[in-house]
Amino acid sequence: MYFRKLGAAATLAALLAGAAYAKTDIVVGMQLEPPHLDPTSAAAGAIDSVLYSNVFEGLTRFMSDGSVVPGLAESWEISEDGTVYTFKLREGVTFHDGTTMDAEDVKFSLDRARAEDSQNAQKALFADIDTVEAVDPATVRVTLKQPNGSFLFNMAWGDAVIVAPESIDGIKQQPIGTGAFKFSNWVQGDRIEIVKNPDYWGEPAKLDKATFKFISDPTAAFAAVMAEDVHAFAGFPAPENLPQFEADPRFQVLVGSTEGETILSTNNKMPPFDNVKVREALAHAIDRQAIIDGAMFGYGTPIGTHFAPHNPDYVDLTGLSAYDPDLSKKLLAEAGFPDGFTTTLKLPPPSYARRGGEIIAAQLRAVGIQTEITNLEWPQWLEEVFRGKDYGLTIVSHTEPADINIYARPDYYFQYDNPAFQQLMVDLNNTTDPAGRSAILKQAQEMIARDYVNGYLFQLAALSVANAKIKGLWANAPTQATDLTGVYWED
Amino acid sequence: MLRFIGKRLVSLVVTLWVASLVIFLSLEVVPGDPAAFMLGLNAQEDTLAALRDELGLNKGAVERYVDWVGGMLVGDFGTSYTYRTPVAQMVLDRVQVSLPLALYALTLSTLIAFPAGIWAAARRGKPADIAVMGVTQLGVAIPNFWFAMLMVLVFAINLRWFNAGGFAGWDAGFFAAMKSLTLPAIALALPQASILARVMRSSLLDTLNEDFVRTARAKGLTRGQALWRHALRNAMIPVLTIIGLQFAFLMAGAIIIENVFFLPGLGRLVFQAISARDLIVVESVVMLLVFAVVLVNFLVDLAYAAVDPRLRGRR
Amino acid sequence: MNRNLVLGAGLTAIFLLAALLSFAWVPQDVTQMDIANKIKPPSAAHPLGTDHFGRDILSMIMVGARTSIAVALVAVGIGMGLGVPLGLAAAARRGGWLDEVIMRANDLVFAFPSLLIAIMITAVFGASALNAIIAIGIFNIPVFARLTRSGALSLWTRDFVLAARVAGKGAARISFEHILPNVTNLLIVQGTIQFSLGILAEAGLSYVGLGAQPPTPSWGRMLADSQTMVSFAPHMALFPGLAILLTVLGLNLMGDGLRDVLDPRLRRDRQ
Repeated sequence: MYFRKLGAAATLAALLAGAAYAKTDIVVGMQLEPPHLDPTSAAAGAIDSVLYSNVFEGLTRFMSDGSVVPGLAESWEISEDGTVYTFKLREGVTFHDGTTMDAEDVKFSLDRARAEDSQNAQKALFADIDTVEAVDPATVRVTLKQPNGSFLFNMAWGDAVIVAPESIDGIKQQPIGTGAFKFSNWVQGDRIEIVKNPDYWGEPAKLDKATFKFISDPTAAFAAVMAEDVHAFAGFPAPENLPQFEADPRFQVLVGSTEGETILSTNNKMPPFDNVKVREALAHAIDRQAIIDGAMFGYGTPIGTHFAPHNPDYVDLTGLSAYDPDLSKKLLAEAGFPDGFTTTLKLPPPSYARRGGEIIAAQLRAVGIQTEITNLEWPQWLEEVFRGKDYGLTIVSHTEPADINIYARPDYYFQYDNPAFQQLMVDLNNTTDPAGRSAILKQAQEMIARDYVNGYLFQLAALSVANAKIKGLWANAPTQATDLTGVYWED
Repeated sequence: MLRFIGKRLVSLVVTLWVASLVIFLSLEVVPGDPAAFMLGLNAQEDTLAALRDELGLNKGAVERYVDWVGGMLVGDFGTSYTYRTPVAQMVLDRVQVSLPLALYALTLSTLIAFPAGIWAAARRGKPADIAVMGVTQLGVAIPNFWFAMLMVLVFAINLRWFNAGGFAGWDAGFFAAMKSLTLPAIALALPQASILARVMRSSLLDTLNEDFVRTARAKGLTRGQALWRHALRNAMIPVLTIIGLQFAFLMAGAIIIENVFFLPGLGRLVFQAISARDLIVVESVVMLLVFAVVLVNFLVDLAYAAVDPRLRGRR
Repeated sequence: MNRNLVLGAGLTAIFLLAALLSFAWVPQDVTQMDIANKIKPPSAAHPLGTDHFGRDILSMIMVGARTSIAVALVAVGIGMGLGVPLGLAAAARRGGWLDEVIMRANDLVFAFPSLLIAIMITAVFGASALNAIIAIGIFNIPVFARLTRSGALSLWTRDFVLAARVAGKGAARISFEHILPNVTNLLIVQGTIQFSLGILAEAGLSYVGLGAQPPTPSWGRMLADSQTMVSFAPHMALFPGLAILLTVLGLNLMGDGLRDVLDPRLRRDRQ
């Protein structure tokens, strides 16, 4: 009798578990808190990490593999000369406040982003737009000043999402978008909550509610995941803890790719770095694998140029700058520095920079180059290094996708001024056939690698931890996003 | 008395004014532009200019100082550059964490320190005294962020009795909120309790040597009776002074502990604001903290003067 | 012999000697990285194990002792060097405007939340050992100024000071010749305590990344570096933490012992 009862209870429990659907809420940990909630007027990646695709959508959008697919624009036609884009918008799309999303909203959003007093952090994305016309409520015609092969890609950025004039004034605190989730609550310093949008135009979200919890300290992040205070942590800051999560059946570790080329940026105009021999010596003094092992605990892919290894056009050029301290010393002697020299190494806050910097300093010391390490906060780094160009070396991860064109800007902070490369980028913009573009991109990669513009270290890995039962999270980070629209709990 | 109050009041105003100048001027020279930080690597010059204009960063230093001080006098603490919300509102949100945390830690520290201090004093030189003194020596010497980390490891990760950090919020109920403050409060209370217990003990021992206590003992009271009936009350003055100081320290000094437990408190607000060059937040919060300390000191002075008229002349 | 004093001086001496020895010899060069041997538990080759860059933790602690002691010592030096003359001056002009200004300035410094100001100072001038010294030193000034003033105030009413005044000595001379020697004991005791607080403050500052910069080892940064690894490499957090704990403990015990030995009031009490 006793056993029967127990058996019945067990069956009942099993039934209840089956009947009661899997969890429909999630707490996602993130390191950085958004300063405000308008993705179209700040560079803070944290804004997109919370809102991209979840709350705000653009004409086109990124998928987790980095491809660009239709978003609020259902389809488009491109004129023969590549200057006129006619977007056909999805019908029946409403903003979270109930107003309709139509061509006027698109015109408003694009015009606002490129206006004179625009505060868009990526204003350059819109620079080629000449006019935006609302042909009818479901059709928008965008005319470009010149053909731009990246235009659809540009429109997928978080900075190009569609916003409504009705709700723009309150957007920084009360974001109103068209996404599968609605913004619900923000406790500053702690968390942001979003809830399912029942009126979503597309496939509805599987979760009813999601909470983003902001935990900046890596130790606290580890503790929060271990204690299951958060169900997932997007962009886990401490790679050294991942083996512990991997060993624990409660968790899954997602290792994906990012667009972040982590480089030892070198001030090409500052002596002695204006001498290509010195830069080459620098490149051979660096042991990439030691940096990946020491700073990232093995996560990261070595790179030999400024290009993402998962890109089909990538060329592996790591051989050009193989670790060879003896060659490095020889090159230094040839360049006139047999006893090395002293320079500055200014490091921004992320641990890849701080830890990587310590290791690089030790490696450079071994060939006779002394570095004075200064740790800087981001605002100071932007002012001194990025804008002031007052530095010898620095370490930073360039997370913008497809950004090799920064080498064509002689006033960019590493001050690489090579007319041949600049011409290459002009050619790239004028080339539309894929094979031709691919050839130019490969040539560009090789050119900067052979000029040893910067020390090319590794491609940053996208590291996330989640409860083993959570499905549908993005492993890759083609852009700053924590797309929860396809996430669900497995029964 | 009125003259004394007046004099102290003038000194209070002057102190606050000098403090506001020191804060403002030191932050004037902080390198880093909040607009550049917000707009990032790809920002264009015209975009930066537009944002600076909106934030009022293009105005002269004098004008900004006058705006800031003038605003504060009427209760307007400015608007955060990064969050774009009123600083007063942000402070109010954070005080809901910092104030209860400080009070919680202070209560814990008092609850530990009083019995420990009294016990040690009563058993002076005996093993109990030596043990209490030994433990308090350790409590003072231990770096509290280190202690906090060890507690998280044991109680949150291994035993899972507590959350690793974060603040449940008062909406989640009093006990849930207090629970999330428990480990941080213990971490903060440990060194404070150790100091307080030592002050309690030595202050008690001092009063036990005072004539009136000796007289009482001569009249036949035991050491314990003398301690409870006479010494304790008189030993409280230095103890209360220390408690006051500790409270002021706890309001702002919990930064590191707030970081370890990712609590949205005042200290972390300032820490983050400095990193983001959200200077208006830094200025206003530091000014508020200074104001609080100066005000408490002023009130303490008045209280002392009221109790002991001799003190009026000395200040 | 005073037990606290012996124990405290002993502990302090160990770390002082370790710091001095590190100038001449350490088990392994702390600028030498050995990534292949990172995070190894204690062994014969590395008595306290290795850190996340494969450096020898014992060597790191020895060299780190240098940083901690130097920062704390110089900060106390600043506090004494400026605080004591200010306190003497205030006492000499007790009740006057100079006294009032000095004491109000003290209150002002005390009114600022010290850790926040330290963070602000490093935000303005950048993170470095020097700026950590300044940040800690500033808050030491009012401590010594107040202590000196209160000690000096009672001395000014004493007979030997009156005698000196009658002999026509000026306030400055009296302060340095008669007052200062008699507050030295107070200053030594307080100096020991401030020294230990300085070690803790330096550890806290470098823990949040605002102290000595790499590659200079410091105990606080060693703890910060070890934070995320404490769950699988406890030795990395344990030993630097113990180093701080024992040094501070040693100094505090020494301070207590010195107070017992030097403070006549307490000595009378002990008899």
